[in-house]
Amino acid sequence: MNEWLLIFGMMAVTFSLRYVFFAFANKISLPEGVKRGLNYVPIAVLSAIIAPAVLMPKGELWLDINNPYIPAALVAILVSWWRRNMLLTVVAGLATFALARYLIN
Amino acid sequence: MNPKLNTMFKGAQHSTPLIVASMPFGIIYGALAQSVGLSHWAIIAMSVFVFAGSSQFIAIGLIAAGANVGIIIVTTLFVNIRHMLYAATLLPHVKRFSQKVRIPMAFLLTDETFAVSSHYLQKHPNSPNFAWYYFGSALFMYSNWILCTFIGVYLSQTVPNMSDWGLDVAMAVAFLGIVVPSLHNKPTLMCALVAASLSIVTYHWPNKTGLLFSALCGIAVALVIEKYQNNIPAPEVAK
Repeated sequence: MNEWLLIFGMMAVTFSLRYVFFAFANKISLPEGVKRGLNYVPIAVLSAIIAPAVLMPKGELWLDINNPYIPAALVAILVSWWRRNMLLTVVAGLATFALARYLIN
Repeated sequence: MNPKLNTMFKGAQHSTPLIVASMPFGIIYGALAQSVGLSHWAIIAMSVFVFAGSSQFIAIGLIAAGANVGIIIVTTLFVNIRHMLYAATLLPHVKRFSQKVRIPMAFLLTDETFAVSSHYLQKHPNSPNFAWYYFGSALFMYSNWILCTFIGVYLSQTVPNMSDWGLDVAMAVAFLGIVVPSLHNKPTLMCALVAASLSIVTYHWPNKTGLLFSALCGIAVALVIEKYQNNIPAPEVAK
């Protein structure tokens, strides 16, 4: 992993997106479909990261009661849905993970 | 107080609830980035130079998943395209400023600052001090984000064996804490389910291209459902 390249690339891309409209103050506008699609980008990308992290923590599908990531994720989903609080979700998910790992061992 | 400074202070004040809400993200980012093997300087530099929370989180998620730099940069592009929409919205109010003002404005554009400054513009569309308000919000957000990153890095070093705690699970549950509250209707829910299931099936595609493919399919499904829902008449409310 080349960290310089990573940070420079992320900065260049992010700054360009933020600045392009400010730089050329004319009538550029995105098609309506693209605008609506962009709303779903964070949900789609994060979901595609979460699912393998929980169901394939060792690179292969691991779907049984010995996988402590599954109860942790289920509790996180419930707490997040119920309280909509990021910090509480993380604490509850981690506590469940620790408990599940303790019970399994 | 000087009216300009007063407006700047208001910008910071109005942003406070959003900034407090962003603090756990900054701290958790700093702590998690350490566990995926980024050096300390890179963790801090990302907060200083990129300054875009969700893409920083996604970047460390992708590093943990083994993606290469190219995939991370392309994903950053997709994740941050929404900033273009923010900039487009602010454009009419930014036109009168010189590029010297516009460049730092663009660099500091975040969800939080956009939210409060567009609200301010609705109430004061012709405010001569808009830039002061904007920078009040943005600089508060920026300094706090960097501070929280330091705190996260510090905690992950000081708390013994923090990496043994399963910080990969911390990342998964932190992401769930971001995604779940946004699943409020059928398109968003289906978007998440489609992207999640396909990411399992395409997990072994090279360079994490399966991840981008899954995300794009999730978005496509959401748009199709949105379109279908708009085409059927709204359900009749019982009289």
